[in-house]
Amino acid sequence: MSGDAFKLRSRMRGYTDHAVTALSILATVLVVAPLVAIFAYLVFKGASSLNLAFFTQIPKPVGETGGGMANAILGSALLLGVASAIGIPIGIGGGIFLAEFGRGTRLANAIRFTADVLNGVPSIVMGVAVYALIVQPKISWLPFTGHFSGFSGGVALGIMMIPTVCRTTEEMLLMVPHAVREAALGLGVPNWRSVLSITVKTASPGIITGCMLAFARVAGETAPLIFTALGNQFWSANLNQPIAALPLQIYVYALSPYDDWHRLAWAGSLVLIVLIVLSVSLVRYVTSRGVLKGAS
Amino acid sequence: MGVGIEVLNLNAWYGTNHTLQDINLNIPANHATALIGPSGCGKSTFVRCLNRMHETNPIARVTGVVRIGELDIYDDAKPVEIRRRVGMVFQRPNPFPTMSIYDNVAAGLKLNGYSNKRSLDEIVERSLKNSALWDEVKDDLKKKSGASLSGGQQQRLCIARALAVDPEVLLMDEPASALDPVSTSKIEDLIFQLKSQYTIVIVTHNMQQAARVAEKTGFFLNGRMVEFDSTHKIFTNPTDKRTEDYITGRFG
Amino acid sequence: MPSSLISVEVKVPDTPVSHAQRKPEPASPRGKSGVNASKEEQSAVRTFLLSRGNSAGADRGFHWLMVLCALSIFGIVGLIAFELVLRSQLSWHQFGFKFFYQAFVDPDTHQPLFWDPVNARFSALPFIYGTLVSSFLALLMAVPLAVGLAIFLTEMCPVWLRSPLAFLTELLAAIPSVIYGLWAVFVLVPLLRTHVNPLLVAGLGWTGMFNGDNPTGLGFLSAGVILAIMILPIISSLTREVMTAVPHSQREAVLALGATRWEMIRMGVLRNARIGIVGSVILGLGRALGETMAVAMVIGATPEIHRSLLANGSSMATVIANEYAEAVGDMHLSALTEIGLALFVMTIVVNALARLLIWMVTKGAPVQAA
Repeated sequence: MSGDAFKLRSRMRGYTDHAVTALSILATVLVVAPLVAIFAYLVFKGASSLNLAFFTQIPKPVGETGGGMANAILGSALLLGVASAIGIPIGIGGGIFLAEFGRGTRLANAIRFTADVLNGVPSIVMGVAVYALIVQPKISWLPFTGHFSGFSGGVALGIMMIPTVCRTTEEMLLMVPHAVREAALGLGVPNWRSVLSITVKTASPGIITGCMLAFARVAGETAPLIFTALGNQFWSANLNQPIAALPLQIYVYALSPYDDWHRLAWAGSLVLIVLIVLSVSLVRYVTSRGVLKGAS
Repeated sequence: MGVGIEVLNLNAWYGTNHTLQDINLNIPANHATALIGPSGCGKSTFVRCLNRMHETNPIARVTGVVRIGELDIYDDAKPVEIRRRVGMVFQRPNPFPTMSIYDNVAAGLKLNGYSNKRSLDEIVERSLKNSALWDEVKDDLKKKSGASLSGGQQQRLCIARALAVDPEVLLMDEPASALDPVSTSKIEDLIFQLKSQYTIVIVTHNMQQAARVAEKTGFFLNGRMVEFDSTHKIFTNPTDKRTEDYITGRFG
Repeated sequence: MPSSLISVEVKVPDTPVSHAQRKPEPASPRGKSGVNASKEEQSAVRTFLLSRGNSAGADRGFHWLMVLCALSIFGIVGLIAFELVLRSQLSWHQFGFKFFYQAFVDPDTHQPLFWDPVNARFSALPFIYGTLVSSFLALLMAVPLAVGLAIFLTEMCPVWLRSPLAFLTELLAAIPSVIYGLWAVFVLVPLLRTHVNPLLVAGLGWTGMFNGDNPTGLGFLSAGVILAIMILPIISSLTREVMTAVPHSQREAVLALGATRWEMIRMGVLRNARIGIVGSVILGLGRALGETMAVAMVIGATPEIHRSLLANGSSMATVIANEYAEAVGDMHLSALTEIGLALFVMTIVVNALARLLIWMVTKGAPVQAA
């Protein structure tokens, strides 16, 4: 290549490099700015709509201003309780199996793959499945079946928690050094006791983190609740009936024509956002501190 | 208080690798026996066969007879029971990271259901004294975690933990190889005091260490036990030429 | 043979005298604790441990409990698939494969009609169309930005900025769909309606894809934009993961040849991570396909097919969300369930493909695709 052509080529390469750098920065700004704006708008609109009544009162009849989403908060808490009772034990059990008993086996790989599949199922499809399983069939001797109920909503959410809890449990257990397990075995501690009291206990900060992540994720889920828990405008703590839920209420109010309900939707969103920001921050904090402090 | 170990025709495999071939020996009770040999000769595998830890690896296999006292450990009992009678100290100290010093020492008992608190206190104190750690930690038993100690202290903690369950045999797989000279010397003193109560088998890379602490020594090479005799004889007048080559440092 | 074969003096320890006397034992105040503890206590511990048995039963029970938990995951997925297939039998038998592409005609307006619950005539075509259009639109907008963000974060970002930006991305991935939808309804849609759409109609109306007929601001475009915002964090963080998985040696090799930074990124990183990036894009697609709430709130919920991106439409998830609770008759419910089944299959295939691709890069060596 001649000297001039080479110099031109070099300059072009330099320009390209700068252009790409500029484009990357532009992309970052284009991504970050709107997202920060969303956050700020949510916080602003939500804070101005939030008052004590929000946490203590149920929605007022249409036309009256004021009221709150207290019933939705209670309902969400109950739903998440049911979901956790289902999702966390099964998820942790699955994770223990993958890490302690099935390591390297084909069964374990199949289960891990299936858990990922379950994770990718759209939440609306989960709602359809739970509807078909619990809400639709009319079995007289089985409670909770045959009608919309908080229980069915909790089941849908619980199933959604399982893959996350299972995978993080497995990951955290795999991080426990083999030496710790050997120490327990060498003492003649029975395997089940060693797994629970030593391995799981050592990994427990990370496992709890995984549960928190799964919890935060399903706390904001709406789709699976639309035709399982259905929603409820009144106080109800009865899981055998339709029950209110925070994200569900936000959805209904957002699409309604009433300004006051819009205000409540913003307030509800802020509460939800705060919960999620707290969870994500806590997770980050726990993981950055070193999940297995002192284990290595 | 310790028991002797009789090993007959012990063979061990890791997958297709025939790690131990036809090992036969008698380890005397209430003595310290050292096992020496170059890296990879199978001495660690051998001790792990004595408390059935070798078989925790899914591709591991063992044949032969190992009798501890009167008990054939492969035929007459389950691994969990054996390991309560044969304690082990590992190469790298491995205290339980989430437990306090007290809980670490008591782990072997608590995790097996022992609940008598006062008796536990005494057992913990005695074990820590036996492992020469008591004076250094007696004020922080329940406050400090096992992992916050220095390397040498951690290893003595592991020894205390192993002693708390009152085993008949104590296996030590290169217990001082990861430690500084001062800690190493402390541990060697320990072995001296302990061997009157327990049967000790110590794997070591360090021939001087074997000479210092053990009455009998076995030399392993390529999965076979080449020579097993009193330490004095091994180090001054070995029968087998391979032993002599190893002792004089011609290999390994 | 020489008398001393090792260089260190051999003091064979047949008697414990010399060593033990080096450090005298402190006199213990209590008779029980000390080096030679009482024989009774020792055997008490031994007896206790001997009595504990081998707990083979408990071990077995525990093992099977864990297996049960793991197998339940199989069971759940199987159950979901089973229920979906079972409850869609009705419309499947009625329409067969045509369910996914047929079109009826409205007798009054002579316009194509797809979704007619009253007369029990159903076609999934508009919903498949809407799902695909909104998802691909989202990918079109999100992928360049996400990859650009990933490149910035991995290769160009100053260290102090990296953590806050990554944290922000994580937060954004965690925001629930319904809140995005809320923001979209009250902020995005009016924004598009007032400022963006008229420009698009004016400038690009000749393509036939930007028709000014829809004054609401809802439609495929709005759905595409909010979906783009939602899948951006996932694509970005996964791209970052595969880019960081490329070993440093690859970067250094290219730099050593005198490459500029961009050339290093292009040849040393992106080329190796190419397959993984494709994988993360497909994963983003999988997420977009199944997104329900935000899309339902802005797509217009109209079961029609239009070429204009500014027209109202619907998606598979949207129609299920809107109509399932109050379905008119068994055939309606069955048709909706069949749409759910189709969505289920689509997302499984897409997700499996994506994970396979990502696994190929992060677990194996960087794959240099021919």
